[in-house]
Amino acid sequence: MQELDIAGMGSVRVTRKNNNVVVLEKDLATEQMVLAMGPQHPSTHGVLKLECLTDGEVITEAEPYLGYLHRCFEKCCENVDYPAIVPYTDRLDYLAGMNSEFAYAIAVEKLLDVEIPRRVEFIRVIVAELNRIASHLVAIGTYGIDLGAFTPFLFCFRDREIILSLLEWASGARMLYNYIWVGGLACDIPADFNKRVKEFIDYFRPKTVELYKLLTENEIFVKRTRGIGIMPADVAVNYGWSGPMLRGSGVKWDLRRNDPYSIYPELDFIVPVPDGTVSEVGDCLSRHLVRALEMEESLKIIEQCIDKMPSAEGFNPRAAVPKRVRPKAGEVYARAENPRGELGFYIQSDGKSTKPLRCKARSSCFVNLSAMKDLSRGQLIPDLVAIIGSIDIVLGEVDR
Amino acid sequence: MEEGKVISQSVAESAAAYAIIHAQFGDALSAFDGNETMPFFEVLNTALWPEIALYMRDHPKLRFTYMACLSGVDYQAEEKVGIVCNIESLGQFNHKLAVKVKCARQGGSIPSVACVWHTANWHEREAYDMFGMLFTGHPDMKRILCPDDWEGYPLLKDYKVQESYHGIKVPY
Repeated sequence: MQELDIAGMGSVRVTRKNNNVVVLEKDLATEQMVLAMGPQHPSTHGVLKLECLTDGEVITEAEPYLGYLHRCFEKCCENVDYPAIVPYTDRLDYLAGMNSEFAYAIAVEKLLDVEIPRRVEFIRVIVAELNRIASHLVAIGTYGIDLGAFTPFLFCFRDREIILSLLEWASGARMLYNYIWVGGLACDIPADFNKRVKEFIDYFRPKTVELYKLLTENEIFVKRTRGIGIMPADVAVNYGWSGPMLRGSGVKWDLRRNDPYSIYPELDFIVPVPDGTVSEVGDCLSRHLVRALEMEESLKIIEQCIDKMPSAEGFNPRAAVPKRVRPKAGEVYARAENPRGELGFYIQSDGKSTKPLRCKARSSCFVNLSAMKDLSRGQLIPDLVAIIGSIDIVLGEVDR
Repeated sequence: MEEGKVISQSVAESAAAYAIIHAQFGDALSAFDGNETMPFFEVLNTALWPEIALYMRDHPKLRFTYMACLSGVDYQAEEKVGIVCNIESLGQFNHKLAVKVKCARQGGSIPSVACVWHTANWHEREAYDMFGMLFTGHPDMKRILCPDDWEGYPLLKDYKVQESYHGIKVPY
């Protein structure tokens, strides 16, 4: 928002939208009003409170208040053994439990220095990528709801249900899996799992195109998101953004590529980054686009994993699972690319105990959300909803 | 570092980055700890920490543009609390470094680097919330996850949960 002197109109308050100057108020200064959005508000995706200072329809300052879902994850970690933390990590980002477990397992394995069987790595990547698609489907579906498109949400949840059934078949749980263990897996995948996953890929591929046409190319949707909440690349990096948020700002940075872990270096996939043809780089639409395009890449990764996976003959998913996890003294910071960005674990071990001395989860949503104040300044109230939706927060991970 | 030990490329890169910082700040830094899992150094002269941070971010051969994580840590045995910052150069170089800054356990303070990396803003608030060290120069030093009137700092090793909060019994 800025004030301009336009000939014939005097001093007017304007905002910029899609490169057009929109006149908001003419010779008017309204009284500042405090508008509290949340903690119970459908568009905040959980219990987040935004205290907005508004001037008419324009937000001058939006301050996020969090902690409503704080469950003392880090304190709990200091009181349980290393393997017992895995179920807690599920509850961080409950939409992408497999990815959270994966990141935690990587961190502890780095401290332990254990060799992981190859088949385990492939299964981990398959379930993590399936979970990424499921998570993106929720993000895209609910983003549609935020902006008034209800149908894509139903389509997304229909397809997500198939993924959750697959993961339930493998692990026994729909969302809180406890499947990826330190050093291995809880159990092998069922015999026909790969076949069913292939069937799902054949079914889902046309659906991504359908979803793209239905939502991403929808004119109302584009008008609500294009040019809104623009974040320049250098500021995004300085804020510590990661994942689709950072790539939406045009930075080609994906931990699966740039700081590879597991078997990702062997796999062929591209990192989609908006080039400014469909969206303006860094706006809400770019972030949505990255998520929409990433699903296809995840499908590619899963296909390659199924083809390359070693056979189940003589395979014991718990072969490398230590009887007692007691890492040598030291510290580690390890991370993985989650659907929402970089999930990192800083773990400190004293070398004697079977419990970590300190376990900190670096949450991607927490960091991404911290830019809220800058993103929302000068935006209209309805656009604030579009911005929150594009950040795709999961309050379970923000508050930990 | 032990002599004759084979070090990986990533640790060598971190060591090279440390050498540049050490050349500028000398005794303000501790020796480089080139362990495999998380190479780090400690800032001994804490007052210089923002200056070191700025140098790390802006030096053309360092460009530590991205702060991945800032974790508070309780060093109970040393009677200190501190922070561990995992910093790296995003997209330009491959080096990563962890920096440790410590202060007194009771009423200690560490200069804030929220003006160098925005990431530090909320993370420092979280460290204050959980460990009680103050960050001087921070634009908005208040609790973030716990309520504003919460007593004590939960992640300290000797933390005792308060018995009641606004007349509500705190269960444990």
